[in-house]
Amino acid sequence: MEAKSASRPKHKRKRTRSKPRGRAVEPLALEQVRRLLGNEPRRRDLLIEHLHKLQDSYGGLFARHLVALAREMNLAHTEVYEVASFYHHFDIIRETDPDPAALTVRVCDSVTCEMFGANELVQQLGSSVGDNIRVQRVPCVGRCDRAPVAVVGKTPVDHASPSSVIACIDKDKAAAVAAPCTGLEQYRSEGGYVLFESLLAGDISPKDIITKLNDSGLRGLGGAGFPAGRKWQIVSGMPGPRLMAINIDEGEPGTFKDRHYLERDPHRFLEGLLIAAHVVDVAEIYIYLRDEYADCRKILQRELALLQDNAALRHPPIQLRRGAGAYICGEESAMIESIEGKRGMPRLRPPFVAEVGLFNRPTLEHNLETLYWIRDILQQGPEWFTSNGRHERKGLRSFSVSGRVKKPGVHLAPAGITMHELIDEYCGGMLDGHTFHAYFPGGASGGILPASLGDIPLDFDTLNEYGCFIGSAAIIVLSKHDSVKTAALNAMRFFEHESCGQCTPCRVGTAKAVTLMEQTNWDQPLLHELGQAMMDASICGLGQAAPNPMLCVMKYFPEELTHDSDS
Amino acid sequence: MTVTADTPAVAIRFTLNGEAVSALDGETILQAAQRHGVEIPHLCYTNGLRADGNCRACMVEIEGERVLAPSCCRQPDEGMTVHSDNERARRSQRMVLELLQSDMPETTYTRDNDLDSWSQKLALGKPRFAPRPAVAADLSHPAMAVNLDACIQCTRCIRACREVQVNDVIGYAARGSSSRIVFDMDDPMGDSTCVACGECVQACPTGALMPANDAGLQQPDKRVDSVCPYCGVGCQLTFNIKDNRILHVEGRDGPANHNRLCVKGRYGFDYVHHRQRLTRPLIRRDDAPKTLSPDIDPSDYSGIFREASWEEALQHAAGGLRDIRDRKGRKALAGFGSAKGSNEEAYLFQKLVRTGFRSNNVDHCTRLCHASSVVALLEMIGSGAVSNPVQDVAEADVIIVIGANPTENHPVAATFMKNAVKNGKTLIVIDPRRNNLARHAQYVLQFQPDTDVALLNGIMHAVIDQGLADKDFIADRTNGYEDLKKHLENFSPEAVAPLCGIDAGTLKEVARVYASANASMILWGMGISQHSHGTDNSRALISLALLCGQIGRPGTGLHPLRGQNNVQGASDVGLIPMVYPDYQRVDNEDARKRFEKLWGTELDPEPGLTVVEIMHAVLDEKIHGMYIMGENPAMSDPNLNHARKALASLDHLVVQDIFLTETAFYADVVLPASAFAEKTGTFTNTDRCVQLGRQAIDPPGEARQDLWIIQQLATRLGCDWHYEGPQQVFEEMRKAMPSIAGISWQRLQQQESVTYPCVTENDPGQPIIFREDFPTGDGRAQFVISPYRHAQETPDPEYPFVLITGRQLEHWHTGAMTRRATVLNELEPSPVASLHPDTLRELGAEAGDPITLSSRRGNVEVTARADDAVQPAQVFLPFCYHEAAANLLTNEALDPDAKIPEFKYCAIRVSTL
Repeated sequence: MEAKSASRPKHKRKRTRSKPRGRAVEPLALEQVRRLLGNEPRRRDLLIEHLHKLQDSYGGLFARHLVALAREMNLAHTEVYEVASFYHHFDIIRETDPDPAALTVRVCDSVTCEMFGANELVQQLGSSVGDNIRVQRVPCVGRCDRAPVAVVGKTPVDHASPSSVIACIDKDKAAAVAAPCTGLEQYRSEGGYVLFESLLAGDISPKDIITKLNDSGLRGLGGAGFPAGRKWQIVSGMPGPRLMAINIDEGEPGTFKDRHYLERDPHRFLEGLLIAAHVVDVAEIYIYLRDEYADCRKILQRELALLQDNAALRHPPIQLRRGAGAYICGEESAMIESIEGKRGMPRLRPPFVAEVGLFNRPTLEHNLETLYWIRDILQQGPEWFTSNGRHERKGLRSFSVSGRVKKPGVHLAPAGITMHELIDEYCGGMLDGHTFHAYFPGGASGGILPASLGDIPLDFDTLNEYGCFIGSAAIIVLSKHDSVKTAALNAMRFFEHESCGQCTPCRVGTAKAVTLMEQTNWDQPLLHELGQAMMDASICGLGQAAPNPMLCVMKYFPEELTHDSDS
Repeated sequence: MTVTADTPAVAIRFTLNGEAVSALDGETILQAAQRHGVEIPHLCYTNGLRADGNCRACMVEIEGERVLAPSCCRQPDEGMTVHSDNERARRSQRMVLELLQSDMPETTYTRDNDLDSWSQKLALGKPRFAPRPAVAADLSHPAMAVNLDACIQCTRCIRACREVQVNDVIGYAARGSSSRIVFDMDDPMGDSTCVACGECVQACPTGALMPANDAGLQQPDKRVDSVCPYCGVGCQLTFNIKDNRILHVEGRDGPANHNRLCVKGRYGFDYVHHRQRLTRPLIRRDDAPKTLSPDIDPSDYSGIFREASWEEALQHAAGGLRDIRDRKGRKALAGFGSAKGSNEEAYLFQKLVRTGFRSNNVDHCTRLCHASSVVALLEMIGSGAVSNPVQDVAEADVIIVIGANPTENHPVAATFMKNAVKNGKTLIVIDPRRNNLARHAQYVLQFQPDTDVALLNGIMHAVIDQGLADKDFIADRTNGYEDLKKHLENFSPEAVAPLCGIDAGTLKEVARVYASANASMILWGMGISQHSHGTDNSRALISLALLCGQIGRPGTGLHPLRGQNNVQGASDVGLIPMVYPDYQRVDNEDARKRFEKLWGTELDPEPGLTVVEIMHAVLDEKIHGMYIMGENPAMSDPNLNHARKALASLDHLVVQDIFLTETAFYADVVLPASAFAEKTGTFTNTDRCVQLGRQAIDPPGEARQDLWIIQQLATRLGCDWHYEGPQQVFEEMRKAMPSIAGISWQRLQQQESVTYPCVTENDPGQPIIFREDFPTGDGRAQFVISPYRHAQETPDPEYPFVLITGRQLEHWHTGAMTRRATVLNELEPSPVASLHPDTLRELGAEAGDPITLSSRRGNVEVTARADDAVQPAQVFLPFCYHEAAANLLTNEALDPDAKIPEFKYCAIRVSTL
């Protein structure tokens, strides 16, 4: 040991890191993740599925598990984090965060549920449930005809009251049993899949089918309204492999028709799906189901397994994917991003999904209900479909009606029916003591019309000149007890909450609009200017349609903006 | 798309704001507009990043379309009518700017705010919307300030981090108006995996990400284009100078970096201003004998050195050397030149040794680096430099990176490798440590250290066995295949698997992938070269490439990643004991006669001694005096106790450097020299590009240009030199070196970078070589077999661990520069060794504990870092900490052909305190 020189100062030792930068993988967490994933592939597109496994098993996404998952899937930490943090059904729990609640009660506070007392329900529950129970406001859960709705864990409580919710909590989720659906066996015994089998046998030609579809005038029933036959034609012409993606992300406030059909007659939809897949010759099928429809998931899992085991009904592989609480994933390209395991951010178009879609392949994308009608149209003929209709419109629409009517629910009615006719002929009239005042003709994004415009035929294209559209035919009926201004603000808050955050007009515009709409006096010129930019410059339909309710208030309900009324 | 001279001239005619314009094929509306001088506001779009179309500031109206279109993402169709300045377009553009402005803070973070400049151009008034809630600043990182209250969510930083540098730190988290950029899992930047490359800072248009301490707010009084002083990538950059101080550094669009930099180049520049800079010549005091340990405070050396005038110091320095030359013989002197200095400095240095000292005892740190690679390359294909530039990874289908850690040591080069992977290329990483490149690789072979020959021979066996050898190439362009084939018979994948720890199936698969690809490229580093069988390791790599015909075409070849910024140049200009400039052997009569003519003096025909041999010769009392410039053998030589003993025993040592390094501690005379930013000269990067470094600041105090100092010494040793500056030296170099004969100083000033071979002035320079033949006697390559040998010292019960030395991202080699760079030293402040967490546990230690590493030669005390990238029973130790000099432990066993020491493998034990 050499003698140290006296001139040498004591070296000031700064603290150095005891491990490489960032979070280290914990061996136990890695072991847990590996066990949870089992033999499932570690493919990137399965990220959201794997996150669900973690959320379901541990009640939340703990940082240590996210790190381990990143290692397993060969992703960077931020790649996992940015996806997890996008979806509201995932609870990220960082090292210093408290443990997740034992149970979450989700109270819907969208338009109809708010009309029926959601805010009060939230407050009352908040002060009555135990500390280990979290009460969360959530957007539309697709049960608007039974508003207000609370979901205890995965169990819905319709027409919820504080006592019924607490009773459900106490009974530990043994609540309403869903109506039994038509299973595979019953569906076949009633003539189901005969059509598909003839297609497989070559008794019908794909060309014929497309012609019939074109003749029926069937348009996409998710809201975009693209002619179904033409879509099949376009995608068939694209180079293979072609893929198919089914949108059951039914999230538009006021809509619940897809759930309605899925709970009752899933195979009618599945048969339509298989026919489409065969005609367009797709290699793989992905079904995207919103996570709020937990019971539907059980139904689909069961029925798809039965279908798969049925050798006669051969079909391409079908994968069922869960949403994770993001309305924007109802937008077709955002849904595709989500199936790819990414944040649900809509893509810029062009190119369109038919050309560059899922995994960059040409993709046939459909709403559930559009496929639901394929069998009937093909078996009963396009003329059957077109023979329905009113006021010179053609076809049938499944109207999801909620609000101040005696009989809310799904009403299959002629396309072109007017609001007055729908209320009187199908909904049993207005609730006692309620006078028809206003209506949302197409969910939160379709705008708001006054009762004085209750004679417009409700169909594609008929509402555009009024600044509205029918979309998914989600009708919310307001009476004079309701404030349209409040409903419009509810809608804009919904869009702010659900905006993916990608583009300025929507991300910032919805937030600024909410602030402006919360004022007693609306700055109408500024809101008009803002609305115009959002409609012109947003990337997708969410931003483009978000101004509709507020613009309708200014146009059709100016009286609500002159006195400070909040009913 | 980038429009270049090669872009096809197909024009798409459309109308923009009523004027007939045309777009080139692939151009967007925005790009076409820019070319026609029409300004369309844009924020998220910038040249060099993929267009994302999210800010919506660039909206235009396309007649016939329902909604407006983002001009940065739309290509025009023939006959389209577009409006960028009509009322509808302007309304959206202005509203977007207004929405963003409404959330901007009062504070100015940058002088260059794109949102403000567009707002001014469009005469935006005060925003009419209420601002969002304030966001707190994140100042946790020493190099960068994060002020997200100025963030407009344009995601340029995300694209910079994820798509350009592929460091994958920045994410876009949450949703809607809560959307925000995050580091890792929403962690403070300083705690995250951020490597401080600064690409995000360079990309940010509003100052949300800026250099720390408001460095970016100051107005420079000049900007000087130059290159980076650190590694062999040779990034071009720009120094921003104020009052003779460097304020900050920006990336420039050089051929090797395309505006990218790493943490060292971007944030590690302030060492030049460190208070320990040598500013006056120093002479050893008579009452200060040389001791073994460089136990000196570089701030207070008054007990050992006294300041002197240049005249006195030069007299003393040259006098001592001249004395030894004249009395003890010319072989009694040796010189170590610098791989960090310019080509001109290195050229004059070797000329000084050859014509002033009159022997060939000149060497530099290449001896410790790629000497074995170069020997094998010269032996087998006649040329020691790379065959293809790093950028060729974009042309390759398959990329092998073996024994190299480019994300740490050639970070910008690594970004291009990661880009290639993102573009679908196959990456194969072969290294005992699972380094940061491994995550991107399709094949990761974490093999046993010291078994490279076994592994590579096994792969070659599998190539031949699977019928994938390139028979035509072998027949037309090689010699010696039959001997290789026979030799490989004993190296089946099944036979080598237990040796190297990689299963036979993987070896066969890798062989198949590499051999059957159209273009495969191999890049390698110290893991291959720094072994006592480093030349054999390199031979095996070269044989693999030749066997498969994967050389002489784009995307193929052999690329030993050169470490120092000018090690390629220093070698090229002859700073090597066996060869003159351009690798012409000193014992070749024709070559020697040519140089005797050029330099006007007789030259020693005997090859000189190499770095470690010189240390031995000193202890053997054969060498008595040395001149060391810009090298730190007292930290970089193996077996430091031995090497330092040699340095201490020299009769006369002259050290020329910018700091009082560990080597300078042993000097008799210390000459204060110029740092990189203080000189003009040429520097040659790993791609064989000669680039121009320009002086940006003046040296401090009485520190002088290295070129001047060398010339002063030369004159006093009897040389008759009259070089006025680097340009003159360069002109002489061109005469001496056919490889750069076509590069003139003017051409360098204009082009900034010229690749050699560049034989005539019209020669554009050849990035890819060996297309037709090899520069060997018969134009063919020669297969040379590699026998399987072990390292000289392997683990045993007394010293059971393998020591692997190497580098870290933040520090450069012996730490002389980077320990004195504020940001770099703060990021990695003190000695660490990395061990597997299980290993630590078995030792009864925890991460963060102090531990002692001991070999038969010495010991060091460091902090233990738990890292599961390291294999159990192996320890990784960087050699940049003078307080815990790694080379106190290392073994000086030399490769017999290249004389390179075995830095990558020796036996140690680990004990807790």
